[in-house]
Amino acid sequence: MTETMPAPAPAAVRPGAGGRPPDGTPTSENRTMVEALGAALRDAMAADDRVVVFGEDVGALGGVFRVTSGLRDAFGDERCFDTPLAEAGIVGFAVGMAMYGSRPVVELQFDAFAYPAFEQIVSHVAKMSARTAGRVRLPIVLRIPYGGGIGAVEHHSDSSEAYYAHTAGLKVVTPSTPADAYVLLRAAIDDPDPVVFLEPKRLYWNRSPQPDVDVPPAPLGRAAVRRAGQDVTLITYGPAVPLALAAAQAAAGRGWSVEVVDLRTLVPFDDETVVASVRRTGRALVVHEASGFAGMGAEIAARVSERCFHSLAAPILRVTGFDVPYPPPKLEQHHLPGVARILGALGRLQWDDQPDTYWLAGPPPGDRR
Amino acid sequence: MPDEFQADRRAAVAGLLPAVSPVRRLDPAGRLTSDEADYPAPSDTLLTRAYEAMVIGRRLDAQCTALARQGRIAAFPSSLGQEACEVGAALSLRPTDWLFPTYRDSTALITRGVDPLEVLTPVRGYGHCGYDPYATRCAPMATPLATQASHAVGLAVAARRRGEDLVAMVLLGDGATSEGDFHEAVNFAAVFAAPVVFLIQNNQYAISVPLRRQSAAPALAYKGVGYGARSEQVDGNDVLAVLAVLAAAIEHARSGLGPVLVEAHTYRMGPHTSTDDPSRYRDEAETELWRARDPISRLEAYLAGRGLVDVAGTARRAETGAADLRRQVAGEVSVDPASIFDHVYAAPPPSVAQQRSALRAELAEPLSSNGGRP
Repeated sequence: MTETMPAPAPAAVRPGAGGRPPDGTPTSENRTMVEALGAALRDAMAADDRVVVFGEDVGALGGVFRVTSGLRDAFGDERCFDTPLAEAGIVGFAVGMAMYGSRPVVELQFDAFAYPAFEQIVSHVAKMSARTAGRVRLPIVLRIPYGGGIGAVEHHSDSSEAYYAHTAGLKVVTPSTPADAYVLLRAAIDDPDPVVFLEPKRLYWNRSPQPDVDVPPAPLGRAAVRRAGQDVTLITYGPAVPLALAAAQAAAGRGWSVEVVDLRTLVPFDDETVVASVRRTGRALVVHEASGFAGMGAEIAARVSERCFHSLAAPILRVTGFDVPYPPPKLEQHHLPGVARILGALGRLQWDDQPDTYWLAGPPPGDRR
Repeated sequence: MPDEFQADRRAAVAGLLPAVSPVRRLDPAGRLTSDEADYPAPSDTLLTRAYEAMVIGRRLDAQCTALARQGRIAAFPSSLGQEACEVGAALSLRPTDWLFPTYRDSTALITRGVDPLEVLTPVRGYGHCGYDPYATRCAPMATPLATQASHAVGLAVAARRRGEDLVAMVLLGDGATSEGDFHEAVNFAAVFAAPVVFLIQNNQYAISVPLRRQSAAPALAYKGVGYGARSEQVDGNDVLAVLAVLAAAIEHARSGLGPVLVEAHTYRMGPHTSTDDPSRYRDEAETELWRARDPISRLEAYLAGRGLVDVAGTARRAETGAADLRRQVAGEVSVDPASIFDHVYAAPPPSVAQQRSALRAELAEPLSSNGGRP
């Protein structure tokens, strides 16, 4: 190993900070999510020398998505390093480093390539604190690029959030904007618990595709209202947020005022924000890319109906990916939720007090949901 | 290929290869063998400590098996017959080193100084890991096979980067060497030159599956060579050899030369756990063969021949330990059921806090008015 390079000063990028620094560093207003995540890693490493970044191709290459670009040169090979190609080994190695005071931020290259590490994540990362009565805590961040919509070949487009959200002991985070990517990753690295940090790869190169509502830096566990509305609450997260906002815009043309809630963290779940919104609007729709069966949408629908039953004017509906293995790239647009499907589901929220017969008779002829 | 390249390769391989047959210093009758003089002999002081620990370990192990049969503790994985490995591992480490044990390594933990009652916490059913890993420098006993191996590598690398010279020792069984986690950990250790010693206790069985159905390797020790880890095999029922080989392995790892993989050939004299029935898968004749190679009687014969052993005194102390354990296990433990929520997260998120309140309400008022909500 080479000696550690002197750490640079924290980059002058902060959410909400204006102006382009003289060195041309992207600011929070114009940077992509990839750049925001890289800035978060850089600032976290500068702020705390216990933070180490490792995984496959994160060193010289800077990660296959370039999130870790420049970190090895800036911080040296002991702070940012490549590992052998073995995900269980990577996560197990992170467990050991965290046991001895490091704060590992691990990159698992793609959603489906994280599965070899599943045993380490479920049996050790998630449980170590409970197994040891809190004596051993593992402040590990597992960064996983996830989701589809990028035209990738098989095994590169899974939405794997439900596996992690189902596992007690993990926190599960997924940003939807560059600014949030920065704030949430910093919070995840500072968090005392292990965090699965799911990065929606279809949004990696977006530059603020939607207005960033002010989200103060806060501990994990708070959702954000991305668009205010009165008639229905659209609950979503990660890669589906821009889609939900587009659908809300289209719905406005049909006279529906849609409130869009971006969960930001799936675990802990922000019941408070979601419930307050649904109690006010009286209708709820959950949108995510992942398959619907036993997915996050099922949990959200159950939680909301338990807490908001007397406020609801219609059953909670879900618009999700189908219950199929992720399709080939030329067909993925048929699998992924789109604006039309969301508008179709919005239309079925019993606006005329008539029961929804969709599940009895199927969609009406010509229905494009 | 140039000759010098081939010569380099040959030298590199030779430096990794284990001895062709397991290193042994005592024959089953307790007589010193003449071979393998390249490992320095353990001191008499260390050997008498090892004898004491092996006898006490075996007595406590028998006590635990008895407690399991009485239903006082859950299924107990005995290490009867493996005391030379268990004790050898524990006594080879410095207090600052770390041990990464499995569920079968109670004797190693107790020898290292962990309170037997804390070691038994999982099988007593009141908690998972009963001891403090930082106070004892012992990781929680790993039940999923070989999964703790990469933890040892990560910890050892983190410590080295902090300038500490600790060594992490991983205990594994023969079955665990089939697991991917084992291979990934040895590979990581070699790539990072991590100060880790992997000790495979080849006790010939993975529950019921014999070694020949587990691996076609000439010896499990060769599994280290492909990864560039120095490897050795040793008679696991000969504590002189185990201590000698482990001392060299630990020294190698500590001095920054990379990991060492040691295979110790031993035998699980008892069942997999107290609920297992070995008569379904192995012959008593085989067990008898290994009984003749018993690690304690072998060491006892050697030490007795040199006037270094207090058989009656050691047995007395072992009985005292067993009686203490019986008395302690008989005691009732009061655990707050709501403590299951305590350490899921550093601070309970609202949903966890809510479930804890619900359980507390249920406990305060059984069949209570919570409306049947969970």
